[in-house]
Amino acid sequence: MSDTILRPEIVQTPRGAQDFGIVEKPLTLFERLYNQVWLRKIFLIVVLIILWELYARHLDNELLVPTFTATITAWWQGVSSGVLPDRAWASLQVLAIGFSTGVALAAILTVLAITTRIGTDFLETMTAMFNPLPAIALLPLALIWFGLGLGSLVFVLVHSVLWAVALNTHAGFRGVSQTLRMVGRNYGLSGLPLVLNILIPAAFPSILAGLKIGWAFAWRTLIAAELVFGVASGKGGLGWFIFESKNQLDIPEVFAGLLTIIMIGLLVENVVFRTIENRTVRRWGMQH
Amino acid sequence: MLDSTERSPPLLDVRGVTLQYKTRDHLVTATYRVDFSVLRSDRFILLGPSGCGKSTLLKAVGGYMAPTEGEIHLKGQLVTRPGPDRMMVFQEFDQLLPWKTVRQNVVFALETSGKLKGKAAGEKAMQYIEKVHLTRFADAYPHTLSGGMKQRVAIARGMAMEPDILLMDEPFAALDALTRRQMQEELLALWDETKFTVLFVTHSIPEAVKIGNRILLLSPHPGQVKAELNSLPADADRASVAALEARIHGMLFADRLEEDEHV
Repeated sequence: MSDTILRPEIVQTPRGAQDFGIVEKPLTLFERLYNQVWLRKIFLIVVLIILWELYARHLDNELLVPTFTATITAWWQGVSSGVLPDRAWASLQVLAIGFSTGVALAAILTVLAITTRIGTDFLETMTAMFNPLPAIALLPLALIWFGLGLGSLVFVLVHSVLWAVALNTHAGFRGVSQTLRMVGRNYGLSGLPLVLNILIPAAFPSILAGLKIGWAFAWRTLIAAELVFGVASGKGGLGWFIFESKNQLDIPEVFAGLLTIIMIGLLVENVVFRTIENRTVRRWGMQH
Repeated sequence: MLDSTERSPPLLDVRGVTLQYKTRDHLVTATYRVDFSVLRSDRFILLGPSGCGKSTLLKAVGGYMAPTEGEIHLKGQLVTRPGPDRMMVFQEFDQLLPWKTVRQNVVFALETSGKLKGKAAGEKAMQYIEKVHLTRFADAYPHTLSGGMKQRVAIARGMAMEPDILLMDEPFAALDALTRRQMQEELLALWDETKFTVLFVTHSIPEAVKIGNRILLLSPHPGQVKAELNSLPADADRASVAALEARIHGMLFADRLEEDEHV
């Protein structure tokens, strides 16, 4: 005797789609617009700008907080007179030198770190020591060693980029699955070819994250350094532009300088890095 | 029959192989003095419960670890390092390079190992991708494929290299039961076509009986040869398959009858 009740079997045929109210229906225009991330973000920025404008008009003191319109006017004047692009270009040139040197050094350090055990120890010790040290704190020393000029700027930039990039790249290399390494060795790869053909692409999400952090650190450090000792090799950057404007009590211009820094940051983040991400890690399904 | 096998030298010869590896606290002996030889066109199975060192043994044949005792010879050459003459197919789905499409994965293997270049590599790759019925997905990235499809790409990649021996480390273990059965049949169909030599690791007795023509049984902790059996032809009746499976089961689990076997 079984201890469950014997139940009849049930067999059904599914009903056709025409019997249901809704199978698929397009969303309303508002729903679709609200689903766009960039639209929601732009909306937030517009709200913030309106608040800024209202507050600045209420305060009515251009030396403390200039209005948005005054800032944009100053910015447009700076752009059309060629001063702002000139300064931005000067900053970006220094940044490019410092950033690429830092990345190259990070590459050498991490390759040493994954090929030798002492290299790993060296990298871990150095990053543990220098990663928490703000690059700008080295500026006074750099000024003594390299003098007022490009050398000092590049030195602090390298310091700000190197550790962040090396740390992330190394973590990425260590995270590459044993299976992928074995696949690479199965093809007869070893040493540098294995690093180039297997480890770097496999660790690319981490490497890219490191480059993004490195870029943000470098950009901040550069502006801060320019603010401290201003003009380098006869041609000032954006930091110097802000410093000068502040000395002339031209606060809308200070704001215009800050706005330019923010815009360049957004451009690099959302255009340069986003494009690289879309063409690599997103396409490969390694990041969503 | 016996004479002919003894006269032609084996393709792969494993003699007295002891394998040891270190964990953080222990020196573990994975296999102890294992002997076997694989002939050309064998479907040779390494079968045993977990802990019998069968995967470690396969890695040693792949050249990823050196035996502490004994030698492994492939076509008379001592195996010392990994190489494209012994292509591995792993259990893990992440064995395909995610930054390359299906076709590029196969082409990359052919080109980096120096086997073929350019157009010839592309043609060879497509030929084998077609054999595993993935022509429509040749330009898809691995992350868009199902687990079974990824394993088929890995098999196509291994076979396109036309290695001396294909090493398969539980390639179907991570698949669902239906897909696994289908993949086993596809592998046998591919073997009927090209008669490649394969060394296949599994812990499933039915899989061993179905895929292999020769089965090496290993006992656990450390792995030692318990028996080397002949499997049955594909058209064998159900009763004799069941009898062989029961016999293997009895040999493997004679002393541990309480343990459940999962297929």
